[in-house]
Amino acid sequence: MASTQPAIPLTPHRRSHRRARLVLAGLVLAALAAFAWSLSAGALPVSGSDLINAITGGAGGMETDIVRTLRLPRATAAFACGGLLALAGALMQVLLRNPLADPYVLGISGGAAVGALGAILAGAASGWIDAGAFIGALGATLLVFGLAHGDGSWTQTRLLLTGVIVAAGCGAAVALMLSLAPEGRVKGMLFWLMGDASSVSQPWPALVLLLIGLVIALPFARELNLLARGEITARALGVRVGRLRALVYGLGALLTAVAVTTVGSVGFVGLIVPHLVRLAIGNDQRLLLPAATLAGGVLLCAADTAARTVVAPIQLPVGVLTALIGVPVFLFLLARHPR
Amino acid sequence: MKMDVRPPILGADRLSVEIGRHSVCRELDFTLQPGDTLVILGRNGAGKSTLLHTLAGLREPLRGAVLLSGQPYGAWPRGHEACLRGLLAQSQPDFFSATVLETALVGRHPYLGRWDWESPEDEAIALDALAQMGLEGFAERQVPTLSGGERQRLAIAALLVQQPRLYLLDEPLSHLDLHHEIAVLEHFRGLAASGSGVAMVLHDINLAARYASHVLLLDGEGGHVFGPARTVLTVERLSAAFGHPLRAVMDGETSLFVPV
Repeated sequence: MASTQPAIPLTPHRRSHRRARLVLAGLVLAALAAFAWSLSAGALPVSGSDLINAITGGAGGMETDIVRTLRLPRATAAFACGGLLALAGALMQVLLRNPLADPYVLGISGGAAVGALGAILAGAASGWIDAGAFIGALGATLLVFGLAHGDGSWTQTRLLLTGVIVAAGCGAAVALMLSLAPEGRVKGMLFWLMGDASSVSQPWPALVLLLIGLVIALPFARELNLLARGEITARALGVRVGRLRALVYGLGALLTAVAVTTVGSVGFVGLIVPHLVRLAIGNDQRLLLPAATLAGGVLLCAADTAARTVVAPIQLPVGVLTALIGVPVFLFLLARHPR
Repeated sequence: MKMDVRPPILGADRLSVEIGRHSVCRELDFTLQPGDTLVILGRNGAGKSTLLHTLAGLREPLRGAVLLSGQPYGAWPRGHEACLRGLLAQSQPDFFSATVLETALVGRHPYLGRWDWESPEDEAIALDALAQMGLEGFAERQVPTLSGGERQRLAIAALLVQQPRLYLLDEPLSHLDLHHEIAVLEHFRGLAASGSGVAMVLHDINLAARYASHVLLLDGEGGHVFGPARTVLTVERLSAAFGHPLRAVMDGETSLFVPV
């Protein structure tokens, strides 16, 4: 077994990194294309040159108005929230070491739904709906963390079970509110539940938090690689596992809370995008986290544009489209990779 | 005799370890010098893995201290201990797919800064370790496609990539066939001969007798015997520790322990 053979001059690692960088570059181009489509498509199509004028603020006019006050905030919100959900999903999958984990598995979206639907039921203004969603999301997060952490242990199974049970309780509360709500408010509630970017007032908090989240998560990406390979091994290699888990949990919860507050509980992005990216470039978190963020943004931005254009003037809830696009693509990729 | 001013690679100073209410060892004292190979023996549930984790600094002892190259773990700069000692865990869970080379490269983590990527030198170290464990040509394979024995050799390769002075091995032979058992033990014997320290949990008493310079025998109730392998490995002590009568069969100079 003691081999005197010299190290083989092949560098498979380097090759796979070059491929990952190509995928990242492709995702940046896809993001630009998704934005361009989202800004130009709609009841009033805007041509390429008018679009550039509108964004750079050259000419005034109705097109500039529509692009800058309606479409740009909406496209930005959809992109940012897609990125937030995909990043949070990737983090949760490593934290829980469970490929089926998504940002909602710990009850965050359930808590947000209870808060938001409670506000809609009470007839509150849209600002209060956002506040209710955010408070509900953080409340559920703290509840799950407190219950799972109660005896000081930190097992994934315990955290996961607590989250699933809290989410189930929230689901019952949501069903109760839907059945008690007056006819006129049910549609608004259903749209919130399925995810909807049409009533976004403020896209910038989501975008700013997305950048902050990436800046916080990326320095820990290699430690997350180790955590995915088991706690003992990670600790033996010098990773402060307790601190890392608390950071990932808190960050994932905050990202998810802001995303559901902004666009409602859009399903599927947080589960499917990290897996799609993993199938394409492997499981190195240093590449996976930024790539999943970009891919999530592209998916939600494109899905939202489709949601408001395919059967215009009817607007579809974007969450329905993310599932309709995501499921077949995911199954196709999974079938091609026999692992 | 040559004077060695360097502190022992590993030392236990009046070390008491408990898990739950169960005592693993009380007032344990030992030192491990460069070149030594310590084998920890004891029945199931005696706390061998717990003790190994304590020696790796991953678990606080009840009382006493573990000294790594002469200093307690807390005295080393944070993260530096991972350059000095490496641990082979009992099981290597893989929840997500990764290539063999990526898995071996995790051993370079302690040497890389927060923003560093593995260099071609790191990659050469990893490929060399894979070759030493008989895994040349496996670099691009996905870990889930490996057999149990291949995964175990990959975990050992990742530990070799870490290049510590002290190797702590928790059942390094699990899933290995006879040929690879001996090859792995010979490899660590070679590392010890070149100045490393090795401490491992084994189940095979006869392999322990063949490869250990020192043996720590846990009786499962907090009692222990530490000493040179020849003095610790006796029929009486082993029969008592394992709760099953053994007898020794002489094969030339070596005695083999056989359960009655």
